[in-house]
Amino acid sequence: MATWKWLEKAIGRLFRMPDQGSSPERYRVIRRNMIILITVVTLLPLFIMAFMNYVQFQGVLRQEVLAPMRVLVNKTRNSFELWLAERESTVSFIASDYSFEELSNEKRLNSLFRVLRQEFSGFVDLGLIDSKGNQVSYTGPYNLRGKNYSDQSWYQQVRVERKYISDVFMGYRKFPHVVIAVQRCTDSGEWWVVRATIDTSRFDKLIASMGLDAQSDAFLINREGILQTRSKFYGDVLEKFPMPVPMRSYEPTVIESVDPQGRDVVVAYSYFLRPDFILILVKPKVGVLKAWSALRGDLLVVLLISVAVILGAVFVLVDRLVKRMRESDEKREMAFLEVEHSHKLSSIGRLAAGVAHEINNPLAIIGEKAGLFKDLMALNPAFPDKEKFGSLIDSIEGSVDRCRTITHRLLGFARRMEVQIELLDLNSVIRETAGFLEKEALYKNVELRMILAKDLPSIDSDRGQLQQVFLNILSNAFAAVDEGGQVHVTTFLKDEDYLGVTIQDNGMGMSEETLKHIFDPFFTTKKTKGTGLGLSITYGIVKKLGGEIEVQSKPRVGSRFTVYLPRAPREQQGN
Amino acid sequence: MEPWKILLVDDEADFAVTLAERLRLRGLTVETAFDGEQALEKIEQDLPRIVVLDVMMPGLGGMEVLQRVREDHPDLPVILLTGHGSTRDGIEGMRMGAFDYLMKPIKIEELVKKIEEALGGGQ
Repeated sequence: MATWKWLEKAIGRLFRMPDQGSSPERYRVIRRNMIILITVVTLLPLFIMAFMNYVQFQGVLRQEVLAPMRVLVNKTRNSFELWLAERESTVSFIASDYSFEELSNEKRLNSLFRVLRQEFSGFVDLGLIDSKGNQVSYTGPYNLRGKNYSDQSWYQQVRVERKYISDVFMGYRKFPHVVIAVQRCTDSGEWWVVRATIDTSRFDKLIASMGLDAQSDAFLINREGILQTRSKFYGDVLEKFPMPVPMRSYEPTVIESVDPQGRDVVVAYSYFLRPDFILILVKPKVGVLKAWSALRGDLLVVLLISVAVILGAVFVLVDRLVKRMRESDEKREMAFLEVEHSHKLSSIGRLAAGVAHEINNPLAIIGEKAGLFKDLMALNPAFPDKEKFGSLIDSIEGSVDRCRTITHRLLGFARRMEVQIELLDLNSVIRETAGFLEKEALYKNVELRMILAKDLPSIDSDRGQLQQVFLNILSNAFAAVDEGGQVHVTTFLKDEDYLGVTIQDNGMGMSEETLKHIFDPFFTTKKTKGTGLGLSITYGIVKKLGGEIEVQSKPRVGSRFTVYLPRAPREQQGN
Repeated sequence: MEPWKILLVDDEADFAVTLAERLRLRGLTVETAFDGEQALEKIEQDLPRIVVLDVMMPGLGGMEVLQRVREDHPDLPVILLTGHGSTRDGIEGMRMGAFDYLMKPIKIEELVKKIEEALGGGQ
């Protein structure tokens, strides 16, 4: 339960894309979550498919690879059975077709055996044994006549089953052979046994005909696990097969095992119906499943390449996406700030105009009243304390004057919202403006250098307002530099639609905090000297003219103001 | 010479009255009007030689009065007093035929000088 809760929480966290704030943390989280999500969503099905493919292929391919082994085992077992059955029926035929007397005649038996050997390979000897187990007659390379078999197990067995094929054994002759014995019963109840020995070299030939490679091995064992033919790897005839006897199955069956040498092997086997042999085919797994492991390798390579490609694509895509997102967020924020700023400006402008106007009227009255007072005083020579009152009135008029300057400036600030457009040569506007400052430059020993681009196209703009802009910026530059400083004015064509003017000084520069507020109304660093409206007005004008203003600055290095102006006025807001 | 008759128009009565008195002290004949309608009436009645006109007035504004004066009495000089937007109104007024403009609060010497200029040029 706890695991589920945790998993649920983790997944929930993955889907949460924070949309607040612009801290790098936020974009890191978004990026991480997106990468994890997309990776899981794309790779999970891939892995599932690969796994399913793997399992299915493994099954199918195993069958494909192992089927030939089964076929081979089946075919070879059939050959064995056929060959043995042939021998057995031959012996049966002899037993049933010849009488006891005929077979006990050794001459007869000899000639029969000769024919037999001509027709059928593998027969080594042939003999007749009576119901007491005595060898009545015998033809073959050994002298077995008179031998009694009554206590041997095969003799017991042939009496029960009437037909018998022995396991391979060395018997008296010290080389591997198989005995086939068949019992014959006459109608009168007499019985005897015809017994033939067969050379098992034929078994080796049958196994050789399987055409096995050097790493593979095939052999017969009996049900006790005793090798019936020589094995390449697991021992000689009549030795114990070192692996457990496989489960009984008359169908060709394949199992996987490890042999005593430690090799991984595939074992195909089949039990014989008769006699009790098991044909076993052992192949090293490496060889058998080579195709499969090759395919598995291919599959793995394809999977790894896919994963790499997907991961690469995911990383690149998400990276771009998040970057784009961040950029657009920042742009939006900038635009928002800009709108806010111009809102601030225009509402401050309206406020300023309102205040100025409202104050102007009473101010005018004060001024006139004071003036009248002065006039009346001047007309009356008997006015007492003339000097005292005169200075008082002068002081009132002085204050009215100061107020008037302030209200006019405020009105001027509000007035910047209006524009008068004419066709202008930007360079000449700048030259004119700089002209106002020549005296100051001389006085302060400031080098004012103009780098004006030739062939600048003329622009549609407001001469007075532009002068105000350049004057403001230039005045600031002059104020910022020390004696002997430099102010550079550069004009250039930015692109098809915009001209640019850069005003750069090597003065004291500004701190970042100052830069942030530089265009705010009433923000000033000059404490007593400035109104804090200069650059705010400048900003407002440039915006009104459809342009842009940028500022870069470093403390003690200098500041650079860049103004971009449109060649033709754009549709402006609130005009 | 007959003293110059001046019509001073301003909705701010206190201002108008005080300014009028100051001008009278300087030997000028001054009538006052406190809104646009009154100003037009007095122009017809008193036939002033010059009009000093506040731009910002409730009801019939200075600009409308100026326009009517230009239509009915093209030779009557008008000096505008602006308290708002200053240059814009001033320039606009001059374009419409005002003789000149002054920004409030005004200096009496300037006004007298302008009046002299207007009448001197007009004669």
